[in-house]
Amino acid sequence: RKNVEDFTGPRERSDLGFVTFDITADILNGKNVWTCIHLQSIFDWNVKQLFLYLSAEYSTKNNALNQVVLWDKIMLRGDNPRLSLKDMKSKYFFFDDGNGLKGNRNITLTLSWNVVPNAGILPLVTGSGHVSVPFPDTYETTKSY
Amino acid sequence: AARGVGSAGPERGSRGGAAMDLFGDLRRMNKRQLYYQVLNFSMIVSSALMIWKGLIVVTGSESPIVVVLSGSMEPAFHRGDLLFLTNFHDDPIRAGEIVVFKVEGRDIPIVHRVIKVHEKGNGNIKFLTKGDNNEVDDRGLYKEGQNWLEKKDVVGRARGFLPYVGMVTIIMNDYPKFKYALLAVMGAYVLLKRES
Repeated sequence: RKNVEDFTGPRERSDLGFVTFDITADILNGKNVWTCIHLQSIFDWNVKQLFLYLSAEYSTKNNALNQVVLWDKIMLRGDNPRLSLKDMKSKYFFFDDGNGLKGNRNITLTLSWNVVPNAGILPLVTGSGHVSVPFPDTYETTKSY
Repeated sequence: AARGVGSAGPERGSRGGAAMDLFGDLRRMNKRQLYYQVLNFSMIVSSALMIWKGLIVVTGSESPIVVVLSGSMEPAFHRGDLLFLTNFHDDPIRAGEIVVFKVEGRDIPIVHRVIKVHEKGNGNIKFLTKGDNNEVDDRGLYKEGQNWLEKKDVVGRARGFLPYVGMVTIIMNDYPKFKYALLAVMGAYVLLKRES
């Protein structure tokens, strides 16, 4: 994790986190292997696609609640419902609003998905498993990405 | 409508027959009937407006039904799809939700997904959005110098959706002649429709 300037946003220095992760998910049979919880089969006749996203949720001194989407994927009906991603880098920069990542022990990663029907309600579902990721107390100075 | 045997008026050719019938109708309608038809029409319009206002109250959103105007949320939503929104005050804004927001100073609502949320203890929320089909987040769309959106920018959260239905609004916007033609036809029908 580094402390750098976020050129895409506010011109102050903020913590930038680097996370690598593995995801194994079996959406068709409803067994979300990564979280080890059984779900019902999601892809029925009225499901056009699933918008999956991995989000990190944590608290800092500045903000009581922070949520940052690290990675997302669109899974259309008919796509391979088995996800097996190893050692993925996050798709989006994990910038905190401030310097709240340093020493933060309790960053929770959860996998959620937005069911997009052919017509009807748009539910947002959170997988019930989660992973805790602690950040170290010091910044990295080398380019380890 | 069938013409009675005793109808007044000159012999009509079959081509001009229907139009002549309508004007004949109009001339024959006395003032009372005309007022009645106008009142009927006004009632229909008022009821429609009341339903719309009722929806605004029930959903808490100033615009509970919106039409998707761009392709930035494909393949989930396409231009012409209809979205149903709610905007309950106590509903917190969370990552992954699809929100419809307006940039300060612009009229056009944008439908994108929330990708970052930072909420303070007192309930102050600031968040960042991005269209599923866009490479970058929406900071380029916000006002000059604005980096985050706030609750006040939100028109509503997308809760339900119907494909294609909103195309009618887009066509009416792009081809105003079509809109006027539609209104003229509707007006003529309502005013001239006879209650038996």
